[in-house]
Amino acid sequence: MLPSGGPYDFDLLVLGGQYGGLALAKEAAAGFGKKVMVLGFVSPTHNGSSSGLTGSSWNMGCITRKLMHQASLLGKAIQDAQKYGWKFEEQVSHGWREMVEAVQQHVQSVSSELRWELKQCGVTFLEAQGEMLKPHTVQATEGNERRTCLTAETIVIATGDRAKYLSIPGAREHCITSDDLFSLANSPGKTLVVGGSSEGLEYAGFLSGLGLEVTVLLGSQLLPGFDHKVIQKVEDHMLVHGVKFLHHHILKEVEQIEAGITGRLIVSAVSIDGRETFKEEFNTVLMAVGREAYTSDIGLDHVGVKYDQESGSIIVNQQEQSSVDHVYALEAVHKGCSRTSGLSLQAGRLLALRLYGGQRTTCDYSRAPTVLFTPMEYAACGLSEEKARLKFGEDDVEVYQSYYWPLEWTVPRRDKNSCYAKVICHISDQERVVGIHVMGPSAGEVIQGFAVALRCGLTKQQLDTTVGLHLVSAQVLTNLTVTQRAAEAMMVRGNC
Amino acid sequence: MAAFCRGRYRWKRTNCSQFVTRNLTGTFEYHLVVIGGGSGGLACSKEAAQLGQKVAVLDYVEPSVKGTKWGIGGTCVNVGCIPKKLMHQAALLGTALNDAQKYGWEIHGPISHNWRTMAEAVQNHVRSLNWGHRVQLQDKKVKYLNVKGSLVDEHTVKCLSKAGKEETLTAKNIVIATGGRPKYPTHVPGAIEHGITSDDLFWLKETPGKTLVVGASYVALECAGFLTGIGLDTTVMVRSIPLRGFDQQMAGLVTDYMEAYGTKFCWRSVPKSVAKLSSGALQVTWTDTQTGQDKQDTFDSVLWAVGRVPETKSLNLENVGVQLNQESGKIFVGADESTSVPNIYAFGDVGEGRPELTPTAIKAGKLLARRLAGQTSELMNYDSVPTTVFTPLEYGCVGLAEEEAERRYGKDSIEVYHAFYKPLEFTVSERDASRCYIKVVCERSGDQKILGLHFTGPNAGEVTQGFAMGFRCGATLTHLKETVGIHPTCAEELTKVNISKRSGLDPTVTGC
Repeated sequence: MLPSGGPYDFDLLVLGGQYGGLALAKEAAAGFGKKVMVLGFVSPTHNGSSSGLTGSSWNMGCITRKLMHQASLLGKAIQDAQKYGWKFEEQVSHGWREMVEAVQQHVQSVSSELRWELKQCGVTFLEAQGEMLKPHTVQATEGNERRTCLTAETIVIATGDRAKYLSIPGAREHCITSDDLFSLANSPGKTLVVGGSSEGLEYAGFLSGLGLEVTVLLGSQLLPGFDHKVIQKVEDHMLVHGVKFLHHHILKEVEQIEAGITGRLIVSAVSIDGRETFKEEFNTVLMAVGREAYTSDIGLDHVGVKYDQESGSIIVNQQEQSSVDHVYALEAVHKGCSRTSGLSLQAGRLLALRLYGGQRTTCDYSRAPTVLFTPMEYAACGLSEEKARLKFGEDDVEVYQSYYWPLEWTVPRRDKNSCYAKVICHISDQERVVGIHVMGPSAGEVIQGFAVALRCGLTKQQLDTTVGLHLVSAQVLTNLTVTQRAAEAMMVRGNC
Repeated sequence: MAAFCRGRYRWKRTNCSQFVTRNLTGTFEYHLVVIGGGSGGLACSKEAAQLGQKVAVLDYVEPSVKGTKWGIGGTCVNVGCIPKKLMHQAALLGTALNDAQKYGWEIHGPISHNWRTMAEAVQNHVRSLNWGHRVQLQDKKVKYLNVKGSLVDEHTVKCLSKAGKEETLTAKNIVIATGGRPKYPTHVPGAIEHGITSDDLFWLKETPGKTLVVGASYVALECAGFLTGIGLDTTVMVRSIPLRGFDQQMAGLVTDYMEAYGTKFCWRSVPKSVAKLSSGALQVTWTDTQTGQDKQDTFDSVLWAVGRVPETKSLNLENVGVQLNQESGKIFVGADESTSVPNIYAFGDVGEGRPELTPTAIKAGKLLARRLAGQTSELMNYDSVPTTVFTPLEYGCVGLAEEEAERRYGKDSIEVYHAFYKPLEFTVSERDASRCYIKVVCERSGDQKILGLHFTGPNAGEVTQGFAMGFRCGATLTHLKETVGIHPTCAEELTKVNISKRSGLDPTVTGC
């Protein structure tokens, strides 16, 4: 272990095992030789599952969601395979338990790998709950109640977030969140997903893809902040594939009529205008009404770190610094920005470079690409259409769009022309591309490279003059010729 | 490359005096006649028609030695990219069926593959594309003639129908986009009689069975890849190196994966003869050039994938004065796709020094049409065209191979960053990710401009397209590292490269 530079036990103490925190810890230790301690502990969720995973301290949300999405996609692949000549018995079923076990096994191995990596970098890791007692001082409480007092020059909070619950009768007692999903021994069965968050949509999609009956109950707009038109198409696709949506409703109560492995719950909801009531039986109610910063019990008040009373999010400046000089907070606990783990990693790394490398680059939260692992994947980089129009004005924005049909889906005749891509350009700035949106298979893989191009100031002309890669969905972005303006005009003419 | 052509070869201007009278007095029947209805020819003719030109496109498919023939659309649609990608998908789905079981899907009964079902589905899709092209040509008012075209002079084209009927067309400009066909190793006894090529493979009604693929081009590897994937006993015979012209380290990863995946390789071997046995099977004799020993084995099919030849022999080019590279048979073209004869242009696979790729042919064709109609002076940019090889482990790249960068800039002036990564999808399905690899070749100094980018892994094409765009915009290593990664994807690993080859550190990515 390397000695710390000053009178403290550690140069850097990271509270929590969020990706950003780990990236920061590794960079500080391996890159700059700092003495680093990571306190990784996620207190159990209301249903007793430790982030849903046995023995793991890390929030593995992004891994589990991608693996579930993959399981769901493979279900479709099985259907396609027969059209491509593969022969097997028609009836195919899905075993929930096998999937959960496989995923848990992987998460465990990632957990071990992460710990090993931290060790390799010279980072000390302790599985303990951290609480700030006074400036530069943190009390670490391990599972066996053993307490240690640690001091550090810099403290960074990277405790992440966890799923919120609605405060309605039966919520905490009978509902689960995505954090609990992977500790379910049996299939959740007929499921109600409450909330139109990205998490809600994704989980509704996965469960439906595994053959379960799913309904999504939401109050207002689906996924505010995302491009409205594209999200609508994502929802439409899910509708076509059997997910039910109950818009403009508020959940009132969840009653249990039968407990047990696959319980029975009665859900009561009422429409926002009060005129309609909804009452139906489900096996599982999954809360996906958003996530809240996991900052209670870490001693923010003891040192005077300012935070938003309602959400628990710590208030920081552009350098991720809190109201207390030596205390920083990373990504998920940072108020007001959309959560992506990619951002988290970037933020953590850049913070290390600023703290110890003399660099000044701050994390650019505005241009982070996002991806939704809904049945029809949606990835985007840059501005949504609404934001672009607001920023530049209606007349200075040109939207190029196209529907496309991936070649792989032609033979099984799947979802003809449901995939969609659009590029939003700022006309007066050489038609610079300010937003790219792709809704289709492997959308995340497609968008990543374009995110780099966007950083280089990509213009529509450059898009057009770049030769596409043949027969990959991404190629559609190099062949956009029809503007939304023209397409809409044609549609109107057609109605005459 | 095009500029290089233009500089080195001076065009021999044909004496056009006898044709000048016609220019001045009469009009031509067409503004443009395109010989060749493939990716390039169709794009060019449709674009020209859209710009108000009177256009005719001549397409004719000389049946293969085995008698296979197909409709309009050229190589890509009928015997190239499209059926190849679909069969590659069939193979990938076989792997998906195995993966699915690890994710809890219960598939009952034995799993097997039926060639006929797949071939019919693929062939039906190709036919629908043929039809679609015919309809499009009609919509855009392009005259389509199913005839064999050849040149009479710089404004006259002879058309020969299958029935033997002849007619001539006159045009202000003529475009040659006849593409190419697979080569046969004519010096190998039995090669022509008993072997097939990619022209035949996709149209086989029955399974090719135990197959020997001769060649190491992307065509050979892609075909061998999907044949293995659908359960056929497949061997690849390589004379020297795989994927010539591509980054050799990456080529090695691709073939390593194929070997682990079940494809057999006969390295450093050349075929000697092919004989048909009374059972109907083919006996192939070959020489192992390292030991000098001859070996023998029987196969159901032998697929020659030893290169392609341009379709220029029957165009009567020499008599009209269009200069060809005598060795390759390809037409010498300028940066504007012009040939040595004014008003005659050539592009696509038939052009000397041009990449043999559909998207370049399409773009070049469209630009040519626009230039001929006086709409633009923009030339086709053939630099930094991205490519993807659809082998079982896909490989996407843009820019220079590492060895090429070393040659051009010197080893000390470049930095190569690399990483072995593990696609998340491979984890639960317990798939071998040891050849999933990324490599970014950059300038060593300054902002470190990216010179070449290489990626092996699933969905390589999807990953590469965006980075090719970044490359086009002059992306540097700094741009790459400043870009926030999309987590979890394979593509994000490209934004996280930081281990250089020079450092000697272990480039394996671990953790989340």
